[in-house]
Amino acid sequence: MSAQPHRLPSGGRIDRDTVLRLTVDGQELTGHPGDTVASAMLAAGRLDVAPSIYRGRPRGIVAAGVEEPNALLEVLGRCSESMLPATTVSLVDGLAVRTLSGLGRLDPTGDEAVYDKKFAHTDVLVVGAGPAGLAAAWAAARSGARVILLDEQSEPGGSLLSCREETVNGSPALDWVREVVAELESAPEATVLSRTTAFGSYDDNYVVAVQHRTDHLGHPAPEGMSRRRVWHIRAARVVIATGAHERPLVFAGNDRPGVLLASAVRGYLNRYAVAPCSRAVVSTTNDSAYDTVTDLVAAGVEVAAVIDARPTLSPRAAEVAGTGVRVVPGSAVVETTGASRVDGVLVGALDEDGLLGGDVEADVETIACDLLAVSGGWSPVVHLHSQRQGRLRWDEVLAAFVPEGTVRGQRVAGSARGTFDLGGCLEEGTEAGVAAAVAAGFPIEAEAPVGRAATGEYGPVRQLWLVPGRRGEPADWHEHFVDLQRDQTVADVWRATGAGLRGIEHVKRHTSIGTAHDQGRTSAVNAIGVLAAALGGTPGEIGTTSYRAPYTPVSFAALAGRERGDLFDPERTTPIHPWHVAHGARFEIVGQWLRPRYFPRDGEDIDAAVARESRAARRGVAMMDASTLGKIEVCGADAGEFLDRVYTNAHRRLPVGSARYGVMCKPDGMILDDGVNLRLDENRFLLTTTTGGAAGVLDWLEEWLQTEWPELDVYCTSVTEQWTTIAVVGPKSRQVVARVAPDLDVSAEAFPFMTFRETTLASGVPARICRISFSGELAYEINVSGWYGLAVWEQLYAAGADLDITPYGTETMHVLRAEKGYPIVGQDTDGTVTPQDAGMDWVVSKRKDFIGNRSYTRADTARADRRHLIGLLPVDRVTRLPEGTQIIAPDTPVTPERGPVPMLGHVTSSYHSEALGRPFALALVAGGRDRIGETLIAQVGDSPVEVLVAGPVLYDPEGNRRDG
Amino acid sequence: MLLLDCPWCGPRDETEYHYGGQAHVRYPQVPADLTDQEWAEYLFFRDNPEGPFAERWVHSTGCRRWFNVMRDTTSYRVLAVYRPTDPRPEGSR
Ligand SMILES: [Zn+2]
Repeated sequence: MSAQPHRLPSGGRIDRDTVLRLTVDGQELTGHPGDTVASAMLAAGRLDVAPSIYRGRPRGIVAAGVEEPNALLEVLGRCSESMLPATTVSLVDGLAVRTLSGLGRLDPTGDEAVYDKKFAHTDVLVVGAGPAGLAAAWAAARSGARVILLDEQSEPGGSLLSCREETVNGSPALDWVREVVAELESAPEATVLSRTTAFGSYDDNYVVAVQHRTDHLGHPAPEGMSRRRVWHIRAARVVIATGAHERPLVFAGNDRPGVLLASAVRGYLNRYAVAPCSRAVVSTTNDSAYDTVTDLVAAGVEVAAVIDARPTLSPRAAEVAGTGVRVVPGSAVVETTGASRVDGVLVGALDEDGLLGGDVEADVETIACDLLAVSGGWSPVVHLHSQRQGRLRWDEVLAAFVPEGTVRGQRVAGSARGTFDLGGCLEEGTEAGVAAAVAAGFPIEAEAPVGRAATGEYGPVRQLWLVPGRRGEPADWHEHFVDLQRDQTVADVWRATGAGLRGIEHVKRHTSIGTAHDQGRTSAVNAIGVLAAALGGTPGEIGTTSYRAPYTPVSFAALAGRERGDLFDPERTTPIHPWHVAHGARFEIVGQWLRPRYFPRDGEDIDAAVARESRAARRGVAMMDASTLGKIEVCGADAGEFLDRVYTNAHRRLPVGSARYGVMCKPDGMILDDGVNLRLDENRFLLTTTTGGAAGVLDWLEEWLQTEWPELDVYCTSVTEQWTTIAVVGPKSRQVVARVAPDLDVSAEAFPFMTFRETTLASGVPARICRISFSGELAYEINVSGWYGLAVWEQLYAAGADLDITPYGTETMHVLRAEKGYPIVGQDTDGTVTPQDAGMDWVVSKRKDFIGNRSYTRADTARADRRHLIGLLPVDRVTRLPEGTQIIAPDTPVTPERGPVPMLGHVTSSYHSEALGRPFALALVAGGRDRIGETLIAQVGDSPVEVLVAGPVLYDPEGNRRDG
Repeated sequence: MLLLDCPWCGPRDETEYHYGGQAHVRYPQVPADLTDQEWAEYLFFRDNPEGPFAERWVHSTGCRRWFNVMRDTTSYRVLAVYRPTDPRPEGSR
C-alpha cells in the first residue's frame, strides 16, 4: 500500500508489518517502526529539505545521525519543537514535521509535558553502546560494580546497527549485541539507557545526560511519564566510547542534494533497508567507504565508480576493484552537476600536492549518478574528553585529532580514540571496562570478544582538505562548502585569513563555522584542514577550538525540569499570610518572601492606598507584618565582645532590656547590613537583619567566628521563622497595645524608646514588645511565637477597630522611613556606601575597633566629594523621579555631540509623601551634604527636572513624634 | 561540578558549598598599626596562582562549617581538604 519505492525488499531493523503515516512539509509519506523521519523520507525517494539558511541553496539529507547539518525539523504539535535533526527523530504514527532553513522558532504555547531530573551515583559510567562501550559495560558489570551504560541511539549497537557482514565471536554482530544487552539488563546493578545523550562532562566525573523517554512512543504518551529526564551522574570511573563521525569532502558543489556521507549511505542500506539511489559514485580518501561500496552492490545498486584520492590502490581498494567495481585512484570529484539533486559528478586527477594536473578542462571526466557518497576520513567524538580539558593530539596517519593521555578517572576506548577496526574496539572496550571496575574497587578479569569485519587491515588515509576548483583561486570558491549549516565556504575562510586572522578560534568567530546547532560536527576539522591549506602547515599545528557542553542541543524545558511555575523558587510566607490574602493585599517578592505591598480598599490604586495607609500611621494607628526581618540569636560568654567587633557601634555594655540600632560593614568600610538588636540577657542578644540579608549575615557571622575568632564563646542561631513580628505604628498605637497587653505599663516614662519588655498578652500569649520605630512615629513591635502570630495579629486588629487601625504594606513602610531619611541597605546603599556617606557618622564608634574601622582613614573613604545620601525635592512639586535617575549639575549639556555627561549621582528611592504633600527622593550625590540648598538637575529621559537638595530627614527632623 | 570532601560530612556536590576565597589570609591583629598600603593589600590583594591554591569553603547547606581546600587551579583537582585548625599542607601558596 505504501509508496516506499526505495525500500529494499528485506533486511533492516524495521517492523514492516506496521505502517506509520508521516507528513513532511505537507507531503504525506509512510514508514515503519524503527525508521527515523530521514529514513522514511529517503524510502519515499525524497531527500530534499528546506533551502540553506543564508544563500537559499537547495539542500538534502547528508548524514544518518546527530551530525546531520541540513535536515532540521520543526515537529508540529500542540507545543511544537524546533531544530531537531530528521536523522534523530523516531517515526511515530501521525507525525507532522516541517523542514527548517537553519532557524527554529520557540513555540510560545505553554509546554504541558512533564520534565524531570534524576541524580545517580555509579561505579562505572560507560558512554556509548557501540562495540567498545558494550564490551566495557559487559566487562565491568561482571565484577558486580554498579554500571550505567548510556547511548543516544534508539537501541544499543552503535556502528554495528549499520553493518552487514561483521561478526563477533563467530556470530553475527547484532546477536552479540543482543546477548550483552540481555546480560546487562539481568544484572542487578547495571542500567542501560537508550535515547540518552551525555551532553556535558564536568569535574570529578560528573556527567549530565538527557534521556528522551516518550516521543518515540507516539501519541498520547503515557500519563504522568516525564517526556525527558536529565540525569546527573557522579561516577567513580568513566569510559568514553562515543565513536567517530565521518567527514565530508570540500569541493565545488559539495552541498548539492544527493551528496551523502558514505557511512550514512551504509546505515540507510543496512539499518533502515533503504537504497537512497539507483546509481552511485563514491568519493573517498580512505578504506572505510569500500564497506559502503560492497553494501551498495549487495543491495543491487549500481556503483558507477569509486573515486579514491590515494594514488595507489590499497589492498582493500584492490579487493573491491577485483569484484568488478571501477576504482579510479589518484582522483577526486571536483564538481557536481544537477538542478535540485545531483545528476552527475566531474572527476579530476590529483597530483601529489593535491592539485589538478594537466589540462583541467580536457582531463575532467563526467560520470552520471543520482548519489555521491563521500568520505574524507573520520573524526573521533572527543567532546566529553575535551570538555574536561583532556588533551588532543593530531595523528598524521589517521588524519584525526585523537585523545592524548587521559582525564583522571576516565578512559577513552574504541573509535573515539582512533581505533577504527572492530576487533580493536572490542579489545579496548573490554580492557577499559575491566580497568574501570578494578579502579572502582571491583576486581575482575575478562577476555575480550573477538570481532571480525568484512575487511582486513585498513590502508592509509590521504589528507585532502581542499579539492581545487577548476577555475579561479580559493578566494573565489564560493561553492566549496565547509559548513553547510552556516553556508560558509572556502572563500569565507580565505576572507578571514585575508583579514589577518590566523587562529582557528578567530576564524571560527569571523566565519561562524562550527557555531550552528551541530557545533561543527562535520565541519570543524575540515575548517582546520582548509585553514592549514590557507596558511601552510598541518591541522595539528592549527589545533582545535574548545569543546563545550552541550554536545547536542538540550531543550530548556528539560533543563528546567519540574522547577518552573510554583516550583521555580521557594515562596516563603509568614503565619499571617492567609489574613493578608483574605484582605486583598497586593504582594511583592522580597528575597524569597511574599510581603504585602499595600492593601487597597474598594477601587483604590496603589497611590491612593499608600496615601491612606500613610495617613493612618502618621495620624492614627496602623499595623504591619514585619515577620520577614531576619532574626539571629547570638549567645555565649563573648557575645557582647563579638558584636562589638562586627558592628560599628558598641553593644557590649548595652543594658539587658534595651535595644540598639546597629550597622555592620565589610573590612573595606562599606555598609553590609543593619538592624535593631536586643540584649535579652547577659549572654544573649537578638539581632535583626534586613529581610533579604538574613542568610548572608548569618554566614558572615559564622565566617568570622570559625575562621578568625574561634576562641570566642559565641553561638549563632537563625530564629527568623520562630518569631512573628507585628509593628503597631502611630500616635494611637499606645492605646491599642495597652488593650492587648494590659499587664504592661506602656507609658513613655515606664517603657522608653529603644527598650523592650517581656509580658503576657490578655490572650495568654507570651510576647516580647519593643519600643522601636522605623517611621519616626510612636511605635511598638510585638514579637510572639510564630504559632500565635495570626491570632495576635487578629487580636490587635480587633483591639484597634474603633480607631480604624489600618494594615499597611511595604510601600507605605518605604515612604514612612524615607521621609525620615532611614536608608534601606541594598536600595539606598550598594556596597560602595560607608555609614558616613549615609549620614550616620553617629553610629560609628570612635572608641573601639570593629570590622571596617581601619578603612575610614584610607584616602578614598576620606574624600570630601564622596557620594552622600541626601534628600531631593523636585521643584515642580509634581514629578516623581524614577529610581535610578541620574543627577547632573545645572547647565550640563546632554547631547550626543558633547559626549559623556558628568554624573553627580543617582536617585535611590523616590515616593510621593502624603505628609509633605509632594514627591521626594533620596539620592546619592557627590559631596551632597555640602550642596544642601542647591538646585541640581535630575535627567528624566529627555526632560531635565529641577531638584532642590535637602538633608535626608524631611519629616519631623526634631524627632518630636516618637513618644506619641 | 567539584566533589568536595567536607571534613565533617564527607563527599558532597559543589552546590552544597560556598567559596570563600584565599585561605590563610589572617585578619590583622591591630589594623590601626598597618600603613594604608598594608591595609589595602589585606583588603584587595589576593594570590592568583596557576597550580595548587589554598582556599576556604563553607558547607552552606550541610554542617555550615568552614574548612580549607588545596585545589589545583589548572586541573581543578582537589589535593587536600583540611580543617581551619590544621596546618597548611606542603607545596602550596
Ligand atoms: Zn559539612
